[in-house]
Amino acid sequence: MKNAIDIEIVVPNQTRYLSMIGKIGENLVRELDRFKGDREALAHHLNVVLTEGVVNAIKHANEADPNKDIQIRISASDQEICIKVYDSGQGFDLTGVPDPNFETDRLGEKGRGIFIIRSLMDSVEYKKTNGGNVLEMKKKLS
Amino acid sequence: MQLKIEENGAVRVIYVKEERLDAHNSDELKAELNRLFDSGMKDLLVDLKEVRFIDSSGLGVLVSGFKNASSRQGSFKLSGLQSQVKSMFELTRLHRVFDIFQTVDDALESY
Repeated sequence: MKNAIDIEIVVPNQTRYLSMIGKIGENLVRELDRFKGDREALAHHLNVVLTEGVVNAIKHANEADPNKDIQIRISASDQEICIKVYDSGQGFDLTGVPDPNFETDRLGEKGRGIFIIRSLMDSVEYKKTNGGNVLEMKKKLS
Repeated sequence: MQLKIEENGAVRVIYVKEERLDAHNSDELKAELNRLFDSGMKDLLVDLKEVRFIDSSGLGVLVSGFKNASSRQGSFKLSGLQSQVKSMFELTRLHRVFDIFQTVDDALESY
């Protein structure tokens, strides 16, 4: 039986939609009948990476312009969850974002978002696409 | 953002009455913390019992409060962390930075 899910969301470039987007990620995990791992943890992690990924697009890529859109695509199969967050802005250099050094800079107020995404997902890429950029985050499920 | 502030001697207890502390509302908590510091308070306790979800922006605001209190020789403590919130402190090693208590009463006894 076919078991793949593909969700596409388009919202204005505003933080008020974070909660809704995070909940869509959490609800998706409930439908992954064949996932054998910790469902509650996976649901939380998807909520976190969706929140961090969308905030990143709103603030750093779309320059906080409330009239732009954010497009999010979530694809789930038995093997993998792939989340893509598209922005239409200038973008940023993902490889130029270092992981925070917890010994020398444990009290930094910024810079944890990308670290959190990298920690919770198996792969993270940021690429140019038609008219913008995409942050692609993948998690293996089996 | 729904916040409740209680006086307990020199300590101000800030109850965050939201399910999420994230990039959408954390600036409002930061503004309230700054208002309390500016009015001369230096010992703050933030209760997160009702918060089910925190992101890097929420964590950043708490770090900002901690630094602000430290610079005034004050204290900045936390209580009531739910398991998912606690996991974010552990992931970012911030559980080593803050004094974290189970309940507001536990935290108040520590002063």
